[in-house]
Amino acid sequence: MVKSYRPRTLEEALKIRSETRCIPYAGGTDLMVRYRRGAGLAAGFDQPVLFIGQLAELTQIYEKNGELTIGACVPYREIIHQRHTPEILRQACELIGAPAVQNLGTPGGNICNASPAGDTLPPLSVLDANLTLQSLSGERNVSILSFFTGPGKTILRDDELLTAIHFRLPHFTVEGYRKVGTRKANALSKVSFAAFMLKEKEMLADIRIALGAVAPTVVRSRELENRLIGQPLTDLAKLLPEILESYGKLILPITDQRSDANYRKTIALRLIENFVLKEES
Amino acid sequence: MSQIIQFTLNGTPVSLESDPMRRLLDVLRDDFSETGVKEGCGEGECGACSVFLNGKLVNSCLVALGSIEGMNVETIVHFKNTPAYRVIEQAFSDAGAVQCGFCTPGMVLAAYALLKNNPHPGENDIREAISGNLCRCTGYNMIVDGIRLAAKRGEGKW
Ligand SMILES: Cc1cc2nc3c(=O)[nH]c(=O)nc-3n(C[C@H](O)[C@H](O)[C@H](O)COP(=O)(O)OP(=O)(O)OC[C@H]3O[C@@H](n4cnc5c(N)ncnc54)[C@H](O)[C@@H]3O)c2cc1C
Ligand code: FES
Ligand code: FES
Repeated sequence: MVKSYRPRTLEEALKIRSETRCIPYAGGTDLMVRYRRGAGLAAGFDQPVLFIGQLAELTQIYEKNGELTIGACVPYREIIHQRHTPEILRQACELIGAPAVQNLGTPGGNICNASPAGDTLPPLSVLDANLTLQSLSGERNVSILSFFTGPGKTILRDDELLTAIHFRLPHFTVEGYRKVGTRKANALSKVSFAAFMLKEKEMLADIRIALGAVAPTVVRSRELENRLIGQPLTDLAKLLPEILESYGKLILPITDQRSDANYRKTIALRLIENFVLKEES
Repeated sequence: MSQIIQFTLNGTPVSLESDPMRRLLDVLRDDFSETGVKEGCGEGECGACSVFLNGKLVNSCLVALGSIEGMNVETIVHFKNTPAYRVIEQAFSDAGAVQCGFCTPGMVLAAYALLKNNPHPGENDIREAISGNLCRCTGYNMIVDGIRLAAKRGEGKW
């Protein structure tokens, strides 16, 4: 039986984190399935457990000066109900499991789990979200795109916790979120897609595109976006084939068998194409 | 390492010394004989183990005992005595929404969670509310009808 800790404050939690190798437990929706041993048996955690879902410091969500801050342990359901939550993030959260899972699951868990199919990652990537990582010795803020180093791998240190996610609220004219899975609820994505676009005076003033579940980590390319930014809307159709080909090269097989890389690629490219060419919505 | 964990179960404060990594589902069934809380899949997919935790619907198979210190757990037993429950039960029965009954406690709680916040749900709201509950017998339409009927009859009871 492993030891478990239930600190009352973030500071206590960080102290335990600095002294003991332990597994942070937020909503438990990934962990309880991963360590499941079956009916009547306690979950088989192999390291001490640090419960963090109860910490007040990690469960606040608020807007201030045009920036939304989401505590790492705010359950999906609360993000869905926050009126400042951008539509693409709200839609992503609504499609994660069913309501009972959304009452437990947290974005902090989704991010730290670092699954290529994590459904909050594409919307948070196009929102240019920053993550606050805290330890006893201080805090650092990193862009979500620099947080992942591979499937299940991140730059989070053993003595750190992810404490908050924040981003400026966006002002775009077109936004899109799509999740292609096997069943509406409870299905991990085969491909997920989040994007924003700003059209001004017949020009593409800005665009951001992110793809989930098509490579070991979320795909977002500023370089390809820059090739579209500043172009007249009437030229987009002509430019797209080349851009799509470049996106195709960023789509790499992931090891699971849920569906093959070609299928993911076809869907992903079609989602980009439909989005870029879509009329003002 | 056993720990003493305290929480409120159906309105009564309880305390037990146990492994904090046990699933709330097992604690409710084995230590408190709450047999209305069922195990289907054990991985958050079927909703048979649903309970209310601090008033929110959750899957008790995904909840570690140690995470609920000081919280409020309500099971189907707690609702059996409320007018809202009787409305839902009767509506389910009239709509033919109960066959083997295995999914029923979870479905009733999901319906209750929906109607509490949205007393006049549309068909999509109903389907989304029960999207985490599997039923092998009815094909869902009768359950949707049951919830619609409960909404109609339950005015003011949520
Ligand atoms: C039925 C079901 C359906 C699901 N459907 C989807 C889906 O459609 N899309 C999807 O993306 N996911 C899905 N999931 C997976 C899961 O719900 C999400 O990944 C969720 O966001 C995990 O959050 P959590 O708080 O429950 O994580 P936990 O299980 O508590 O933790 C997950 C991991 O993150 C670490 N961790 C958590 N919080 C922190 C923190 N603040 N700092 C450092 N480390 C931390 C933990 O140590 C662990 O390694 C589903 C799960 C279930 C059971
Ligand atoms: S037993 Fe918990 S959801 Fe199936
Ligand atoms: S009535 Fe049998 S599983 Fe639903």
